[in-house]
Parts: sequence; structure tokens; C-alpha cells
Amino acid sequence: MSFLAELQNYRDFDFTAFFARGQDRDIDACLRKDRLTAMDFLALLSPKAETHLEAIAQKAHRATLQHFGKTVLLFTPIYLANYCTNQCVYCGFNITNQLDRKKMSMEELEVEARIIAETGLKHIIILTGDSREHSPVSYISECVKVLKKYFSSIMIEVYSLTEEEYRELVNAGIDGVTMFQEVYDAQIYSELHLAGPKRNYLFRLEAPERAGAAGCRSLNVGALLGLNDWRKEAFFTGLHAAYLQQKFPDAEISISTPRMRPHLGSFPPKVIVNDSNIVQYTTALRLFMPRCGITLSSRETPTMRDHLIKLGVTKLSAGACTAVGGRSHPEETGQFDISDDRSVAEMAAMLYKQGYQPVFKDWQLLV
Amino acid sequence: MQNDVLKIGGQELASRLFLGTGKYGSNKIIPQVVEASGAQVVTVALRRVDPDQPEENIAAYVPRQCVLMPNTSGARNAKEAIRIARLAKAAGCGNWIKIEVIADNRYLLPDNYETIKATEVLAAEGFIVLPYMSPDLATAKRLADAGAAAIMPLGAPIGSNRGLKTKELIKILIEEIALPIIVDAGIGKPSEAAEAMEMGASAVLVNTAVAIANDPVAMARAFGLAVSAGRTAFLAGPGSVQEYASASSPLTGFLQD
Repeated sequence: MSFLAELQNYRDFDFTAFFARGQDRDIDACLRKDRLTAMDFLALLSPKAETHLEAIAQKAHRATLQHFGKTVLLFTPIYLANYCTNQCVYCGFNITNQLDRKKMSMEELEVEARIIAETGLKHIIILTGDSREHSPVSYISECVKVLKKYFSSIMIEVYSLTEEEYRELVNAGIDGVTMFQEVYDAQIYSELHLAGPKRNYLFRLEAPERAGAAGCRSLNVGALLGLNDWRKEAFFTGLHAAYLQQKFPDAEISISTPRMRPHLGSFPPKVIVNDSNIVQYTTALRLFMPRCGITLSSRETPTMRDHLIKLGVTKLSAGACTAVGGRSHPEETGQFDISDDRSVAEMAAMLYKQGYQPVFKDWQLLV
Repeated sequence: MQNDVLKIGGQELASRLFLGTGKYGSNKIIPQVVEASGAQVVTVALRRVDPDQPEENIAAYVPRQCVLMPNTSGARNAKEAIRIARLAKAAGCGNWIKIEVIADNRYLLPDNYETIKATEVLAAEGFIVLPYMSPDLATAKRLADAGAAAIMPLGAPIGSNRGLKTKELIKILIEEIALPIIVDAGIGKPSEAAEAMEMGASAVLVNTAVAIANDPVAMARAFGLAVSAGRTAFLAGPGSVQEYASASSPLTGFLQD
């Protein structure tokens, strides 16, 4: 029994008919409730809810304040390697793209870690491409040992691992796993992932569950918006998060809401997801899962990021860089273009200006 | 009433309001909040303590005259709580520890069983242990036997501002347990803090209600006054609440004639 069983409950669900039936009173009813059902969540994601966006946003703001206070966690990504064996049509690291493939040595990583640590950040997320040959678990584990000297929380965003491999990394010192399903629609998934281990939809779908079973304290899921009808993908992402919270009540569950950005290879988004859609998604998530973390990357513009803080976002990347060793070598090509290149100090200043505290450290390494 | 002090772990506390430090828009406001409230015990999550960064280190904003009570926020079981407590001590946070073991992030309700286990170990190591718990008499007795310095039952789930939802259960703890009972979590308004004190709680701990108020300093002052008022009322011995009006010529008055 995995999240797949829950997804399959919606195999024949008629989203179009559900959205067509939507009434204003359904949205009003959702806004009066303390706890929302999956169907309430879908109602908040519906076109009808767009006309109630301000009321939804007000409630989402209150819920965020209640559960997280006036605080936002800052973190930054470190790309360890960009070797990849997959052909994901939308990704800059796609095997068919011509770019310098690179993997950081422990010495290079140490330099990168020092540069980041000087900004005060204590939370990092490490990324690799999907290549067990170039970035095996033993390599990631070795990197974690170096990074533990500088950071108090290390999350990984790498290829899908087995439960045993996740356990190995938990024992090495990681405390979180981010795994984007990219697209929950299995048919579209198969059309977009042409080759490589990532073609295995189920192995990826169940990865967060294996990480949870391995004792990971923080699980972050997300769909890459722009590959399918965003409302459906948003709905399934929320269901996935709720499923994980139910299955691992002691884990901290978070959701990312990434939108497709231009990148090398230039696969255009199949669906345009506008700013209003992102606001609707974020606020609906906040009301459906009042305590879940919401992570917003620097794919979004400064204006969007500054405004979304009040609407539910609890974690922001700062001083981000999507190239391998990009902090010590700024000329390297990244996985995607970032829209918000503000430094950690600039992000902290922006938060203080809005009356929010930038949190640099929110976990204590126990391993 | 002037000698009404709360004794915990060898400390004599004149204030019966404990404050949390999470959720503030800036740590810089913490000293003002503490001063306005009169609180003498301030809790800080070790997960937020960062000695590497003096500017952003939450613990550095707790006034020196206060008792710093680190808490084990984030611990999922006794083992993690014990580890966090030891790290807190090693980081120079003193030997008070508020044990917080939460295995359910949906409701943030404490795991009483794991809390007892952590209390046993840490009290034996010389910590002044204040366990946060779901109000339950059997658990409170076991925590007392394990060496807890006080018991901290929740009034309602953390951060919910729902008030004293567990009032009847907390009353039982106040009656049956010889240790100080400190109502922790759920108190959303000064009147609720006063109510807890009126019914005989030894102290209350407040965070969210102050931190997310429009004016945290003014709200902290209000809580300080409410706790003090509630305590004074408790010591003054409030009259009991009657269901019917009390006649000044009672029905059995003739027996005295």
C-alpha cells in the first residue's frame, strides 16, 4: 500500500465536471471550516475560487501567522554534480544537452561550503544529477561528512534511492529529502521522461515513503508546474503531502511549488501558470495543511517571493546558485535560470523590512 | 502575599509568567517583551540557538537575569530529547530543560510515554526537568516519580490560542500532584492566563499569543498583569460559584432560632 493506491482513487474522477459544478457557497463553506477535506481543497483550487482569492488569502495569512509566527527559514542549494543519465525533456541537465559535466571534489566542496557558511546559513540542500556512476550514495555520504562541519541541517535532492540507501544517508547526517514527482499524471510522466532510471514512475512516487521509513525527519514533495493542468497537479501534490503526514506523523512535511523557467534546451511549458495561479495554489495548500512547510525557490521573481511570505510560504532559498561549484566559479552553467539572485543579507533585510525574522538555524544536527 | 514565590530547581521566582521566544518578527524585541511582562524564565528551542552568529542567535537576546530554559523542540522520541538536552548543556544553556517530545506534527500533542523516559534519564543526570505533557494524572505521577521539577500540562494544542480546553484535567493535576503545575500551550488571551492562575496553577507559559500580537510588548505587559491578578485572586480565596441565588434568609435558618 503506497500513495499510488490513493492516486488511483482519482483515476476516473471528472475534474472538469467538478469544476463546472462549483458554486460560490462551496468556497464560503470551505472558508468557515477549520479542517478541509480533499474535496474542499480541490474546490479552493477551482476556477470558481479565483473570485474569492482575497478572502482565501486573508485566511491563509492568519493560519500561517498562527502556526509559524513572523518567521521564514532561509536555505540555499549546493549542486554537487550535474552528470545525468536521464532524458527529461524540460531539464537543463538532460543527457542530450551539451554542457560541461562536473562533479565537485571534497576540496572544492569545502571551498563552496565555507563561502556559504560565511553568509550565516545553516540549512542547505544538496543536489546531484541522476547518475549512480558519477554520484553514488557513497559520494553523497562523503559530501555530507564535509558539510556537517558547516551546517546544522542537510537535505538531499538527488535521484530516487532505496530505503536502505536513505538510511545510510540519514546515519551519515542528512535530515531531509526533497523529491519532486515533477508530474503526477503517469501518462504525461512517461512522455516527458524519455530515457534513464527516472522513467520509473512508481519508484520515484514511492521515494518519499522510503525516506520516511528510513527515519528522515523532513520530507518535501512537489510537482513542476507547467507540465500538466496545474490544478490537478496541485491537488495531487497536496494529497501526497497529506498522505505522508498521515503515514509519518512525526515527520515535517513540506511542499514546493516550482514553476517552469527557461533553461538550456528550452522546452516551453505545456501550460502557462500565472502569478494568480501560484497565489491560489499556495493559499489553498495553507488552508488544507495548516502546518506544512511551503518552500519557494528562486525560480520566482523577487516581487512574487516578497508577497508570498504573508500567504503561506515558510522557507525561502537565498543566495541561490544552480551550477556545480558556481559560487567559486560563477561562469558555470546552471540547471535553470534563477529569477531572484538576491544575497542572503539582502533576503534577510527584505524579511526584516516586512516585519519577519529570517531564521538561519532551525535544526540541530544530532548525528 | 509578599513572600509568594515559586520555587523550582533552587530558584525563587517572583513572576509566575514564563515566556517562549519562537515566532517573533525580530529577536531584538525579546528583551523589551521580557521586561514588560516581568517574566523570569524564558524558553528557547535549542534548534534555533546558533552561537556562531551573535546577531541572529536567539539565546543572546534573553536578558541575563532570566533563567534560560532550553527546550527540546523537534525531538520525536526520548532518545532525541535526551541528546538535545545534553547538547544544550554543552552549549552553555544551563541545566534547566523543558522536555518537548512530539511525534505527531498534525496536532503537536506531546508523547507522554517518551516524555517520562526522557525525564527519568535527564533528572538522574542532574537536569532541572520541566516536562511538557498532555494532562493525565497517571503520567503526571510517573513524571513526579522520575524526578521532574514541575509538570507542564497543555491548555490546548501548541499555538492554537484556544484557551484552557483541558481545564478539568489540569484541575485534577493541581489537586493531586505536589509539584508546581505550569500551564503550557494554548493560552491565547490574558484572561485565560488569569483563569489558570485563579484555579491554582503555579505559573503559565505563553508564546504565540504574545509573539503574533500587533503590539507584542503591550500584550506581554497584559499577560504579566493577568497572571499576577489571577495569582492574587487564588491566594485571596475566591468564593465558590453557586448555581442559584443565595438567599440571605436561608431555608434552614429556623434551626438556629
